[in-house]
Amino acid sequence: MSAEQRGQKGAPGGSFRPGGGRPGGFGGGPMGGPVEKAKNVKGTVKRMLVYLQPHTTQLTIVFLFAILSTIFSVLGPKILGKATTRLLNGIIGKLVAYQSHQPVPSIDFKYIGTIMLILIGLYIFSSIFTYIQQYVMAGVAQKTVFDMRRDVNDKLARLPLKYFDARSHGEIMSRVTNDIDNISTTLQQSLTQLITSLCTIIGVIIMMLTISPMLTLIALVTLPISFGVTAFIAKSSQKNFSAQQKELGDLNGHVEEMFTGHKIVKAFRHETKSIQQFSEINDRLYSAGWRAQFVSGVIFPLMQFVTNIGYVLICIVGGIYVIKKKIELGDVQAFIQYSQQFSQPIVQTANIANILQSTIASAERVFEILDEPEEIPERIDAQRIESPRGEVKFQHVKFGYKEGVTLIEDMNLEVKPGQTIAIVGPTGAGKTTLVNLLMRFYEINEGKITVDGVDIRDLRRGQLRTMFGMVLQDTWLFNGTIKENIAYGREGATDEEIIRAAKAAHADHFIRALPQGYNTVLNEEASNISQGEKQLLTIARAILADPAILILDEATSSVDTRTEVYIQKAMKELMKDRTSFVIAHRLSTIRDAELILVMKNGTIIEMGNHQELMAKGGFYADLYNSQFTGAYTDEQAV
Amino acid sequence: MIKLFRFLKPYGIPISSIVILVFFQALSSLYLPTLMSDIVDSGIINGDINYITATGGLMLLVALAGSICAITASLLSSQVAMGFGRMIRSAIFDRVSSFSLHEFDKFGTPSLVTRCTNDITQIQNVMMFAMRMVILSPLMCIGAIIMAISKDKHLAWVIIAVVPVLSGAILILARKGFPLYQVIQAKLDKINLVVRETLIGIRVIRAFNRIENEKKRFQLANLDLTETAIRVNQIMALMMPVMMLLMNFTTLAVIWFGGINIERGFTNIGNMMAFLQYAMQIMFAIMMATMMFIMIPRAQAAAVRVNEVLATDPEIVDPEYTKPFENKKGYLKFTNVTFHYHGAEEPALKNVSFEACPGEVTAIIGSTGSGKSTLINLIPRFYDVNSGKIEINGVDVREMTQETLRSKIGLVPQKAVLFSGTISENIRYGKEDSTDAEVQHAAEIAQATEFISDMKDGFASLISEGGTNVSGGQKQRLSIARALVGKPEIYVFDDSFSALDFKTDAKLRAALKKETADSTLIIVGQRVATIMDADRIIVLDEGKITGIGTHKELYQTCEVYREIVASQLSEEEIA
Repeated sequence: MSAEQRGQKGAPGGSFRPGGGRPGGFGGGPMGGPVEKAKNVKGTVKRMLVYLQPHTTQLTIVFLFAILSTIFSVLGPKILGKATTRLLNGIIGKLVAYQSHQPVPSIDFKYIGTIMLILIGLYIFSSIFTYIQQYVMAGVAQKTVFDMRRDVNDKLARLPLKYFDARSHGEIMSRVTNDIDNISTTLQQSLTQLITSLCTIIGVIIMMLTISPMLTLIALVTLPISFGVTAFIAKSSQKNFSAQQKELGDLNGHVEEMFTGHKIVKAFRHETKSIQQFSEINDRLYSAGWRAQFVSGVIFPLMQFVTNIGYVLICIVGGIYVIKKKIELGDVQAFIQYSQQFSQPIVQTANIANILQSTIASAERVFEILDEPEEIPERIDAQRIESPRGEVKFQHVKFGYKEGVTLIEDMNLEVKPGQTIAIVGPTGAGKTTLVNLLMRFYEINEGKITVDGVDIRDLRRGQLRTMFGMVLQDTWLFNGTIKENIAYGREGATDEEIIRAAKAAHADHFIRALPQGYNTVLNEEASNISQGEKQLLTIARAILADPAILILDEATSSVDTRTEVYIQKAMKELMKDRTSFVIAHRLSTIRDAELILVMKNGTIIEMGNHQELMAKGGFYADLYNSQFTGAYTDEQAV
Repeated sequence: MIKLFRFLKPYGIPISSIVILVFFQALSSLYLPTLMSDIVDSGIINGDINYITATGGLMLLVALAGSICAITASLLSSQVAMGFGRMIRSAIFDRVSSFSLHEFDKFGTPSLVTRCTNDITQIQNVMMFAMRMVILSPLMCIGAIIMAISKDKHLAWVIIAVVPVLSGAILILARKGFPLYQVIQAKLDKINLVVRETLIGIRVIRAFNRIENEKKRFQLANLDLTETAIRVNQIMALMMPVMMLLMNFTTLAVIWFGGINIERGFTNIGNMMAFLQYAMQIMFAIMMATMMFIMIPRAQAAAVRVNEVLATDPEIVDPEYTKPFENKKGYLKFTNVTFHYHGAEEPALKNVSFEACPGEVTAIIGSTGSGKSTLINLIPRFYDVNSGKIEINGVDVREMTQETLRSKIGLVPQKAVLFSGTISENIRYGKEDSTDAEVQHAAEIAQATEFISDMKDGFASLISEGGTNVSGGQKQRLSIARALVGKPEIYVFDDSFSALDFKTDAKLRAALKKETADSTLIIVGQRVATIMDADRIIVLDEGKITGIGTHKELYQTCEVYREIVASQLSEEEIA
């Protein structure tokens, strides 16, 4: 009797959200998790609309068809009621004729048949409209999200490094992926559902009014109860689900930690304690979990009961009205259908309200990225250095990461082409700062840095950076073949050039020993080659790029001894005739350097060559003595 | 999945209660249409208002009873499903906790984490769904069929015709759609991978001026995902309309053919209206059942993975009878130890023999893959040897409990692992009942006091999960302090100074030397300079000992050692 209602309830399309973004159970589980609220709803919605603007035509079609399909399905029960009425009248006619011994008339099947045909048409149209609407919406939703993803990614490329250093990768990732996914599913499913639900509620009320205002009033009595129940359950469901999510997060955290650290757990005999902790969290998860499940599960029987109250009331009052000839039996049947169609859209609307809120919050977070200040734009009249020699000068450079906290005050430095500059200091002394400034990842506050006499701010960033080669300790390789990874150094490099670079970096040998040679695909963590081999690859990459200035990181602690020999040779090869900034750990490198920069807590505290600094007897001399000569005193050897 | 049902045993009573409650819930749902048809047939047609009111009242009571049954069943089934999840989770965690490193290697840590978290959540969710639907659907379906046929057997063929069409349609769409959802997931993962790589490698990308390149890569992944997502949603767009159409056509068929039957006098109008409701109930039940067929295989995969873990017995267990110790402390002896990793062709260690005594420093050196870490892992019995034996204080490690064995060993692993909690909690991990003074002393020796006191809350400062808020060198120092606090008989340092700068390294070694004077030290090292003064240096090459002795001895006799030395020290330093 309630085809539409049941149809919607059972439709898995409404409940299936890929990616498992929101909790809420199955069968269109009505309640989501905790709802976050956006700070500026109006502004965010406006910007969302801008993204939807190119699809105005399609959206109009979607809305129009959603409304049409709802109207058609709302009309159904009333028309069907006419058929039932005619049937009943036929029966009563028979009964009357039978009692009065007149010829028994047959039921008016011609009339009923016409109604059937009308209804078949109506239902087919309604279904087609629903289909078209969802079909079109698929394109609109996904294309909109496509645009957003592209914009965010393009924006990331224009943001200064300051932005990335100040935030965890997880936080940025979550905006680019989870938040955009959230928007995508809402556009795909919830938006049209909201329209359909609202149309259904309005349409049903109108239809009921045309049949009988009195019965409508009775049916509507249940409405506030429905709203009340839904609102109450939504609220307590949110509370319970966020409790469940929290416990689940704690549990996953504990499992992750204990399993990754299992060796330590075992070594220090903490198995029993870890099990005990686990079982405490597990108990909390259980009690939060069943409450959440129960509350969200209880909405169906409750709504069912509220619906049933309406159903029974209509049966009684409707039955009496039929007897008193105030309305027809078919109308009662239609009414029962209508009143049952009510509950589903109400639950849905309440649910969608929450979903929309969290979607707007998601959109806001995405827009926040788009609003971040970008890198200083390139100068239009940017200069070019045709064949860079590698002369670098720092003139009165002042720099600090945070406003008001100056890290480098009035730094002056002159590096001639081909010189080697060793940077030494304790770990965490902020040696990356120098890289950041040279490559213009960060902007200096005062003074200027020049390469071959040109202020680096007068160069295009791209040109500036191609003059530099970087081989850092945290090797960055991407999920691709070895060949592609080396070729990253220079676009359009030929195979011979790549192999030549690999040979110069002493990497050719190990690459050829791999099953697929140069076409071996590095996996996601690049764990299929060793740390030392990774370093050789990054050296090959730098050799292929053939930069005028090098930035090298020497620490090779986790590399086995034979590979280390190769790395040293390769680095020496690479440094030949190039200006090199070396973050140095090796005695020979430091001693041979033309200039040593001693860094501590991010600042350059001493500067000069080995002899000068030793003579000075300052921090460097201290460091040198403890680091290198100290290795051979008795006290040191543990 | 069925194997896991053994965990349901303690829930026998609640489950039978659920079945009974759901049965009554189904009865009430089934009874309502019959009552309604009575209102029509006896009440309306006869004009009996009293009958209508009375029956209406009865309907309300039936509906109320049904709802109460449903709510109680929902309460019980929530508890059963979540309890089921809780028990499996506990069982897995207990089992994994007893695993040796062999089992960890076999499954892989990330996989074990997934099995203990996501897989169980999935099973639990299906269980929840099953509790609600699996019991109700067949009851409703069978009940409604019986009721429908009793109302009008001439219309039964309508149901027989529509049911296969309906379940067929759902199955076809689901079969087509759901695999595509997995494809979407894979493509989403691809996008995530690209974004993550761009974030991690941002300096390199910008340094090589390859921003445009990365943009293109992202755009390709983005386009790919979008196209698939559009296709999937377009296919799934069919689901709703098709189902609505089938249900509506069923309604029409019932009314049309019901009308004909009424005309022929086979049935009456109230029965037909009741039949219509039963038909809807049947179709709804069938839809739910079809959904089950789609969901169970998905949980099945998770169940198989969970069962694999539960069916794996830990390789290393405590002996039934332990042997008493001789009156010794800190004596470690390897005798002809040979060890294979499972499935490996070559042994990782071959015939390794050596002895270490208290007050001595034994260093192990060798290139990557020479078996250094393997050797270290055998001492606390993370793995069992294949032949030969390892003795501590004269007792084979297999003849004491793991607890006793490990309480004698202070391990500092290659990769410093910290746990979330305060700094002092982390140090105390080495010995739970240690005093504040002991903790501070350990930190002092590990050269950690300075950076700890620089932190806002000192020893009470929180370490985040995975220790991401401290640097690599700080992590190593804390993990050294953790080993120190327990004052073990044997210290094992597995290349644990690698992230320290030279100055800290030197200070730490000097302090350690005093602190550990009475203990046995085993040190794995990479740099010759840091181990050359050890009492005994063991040179490993491809799992075999190629030399044991002091720096001077080895430099004269051992080829591999000379090679290592030559690569690290300059001529003058070797002398």
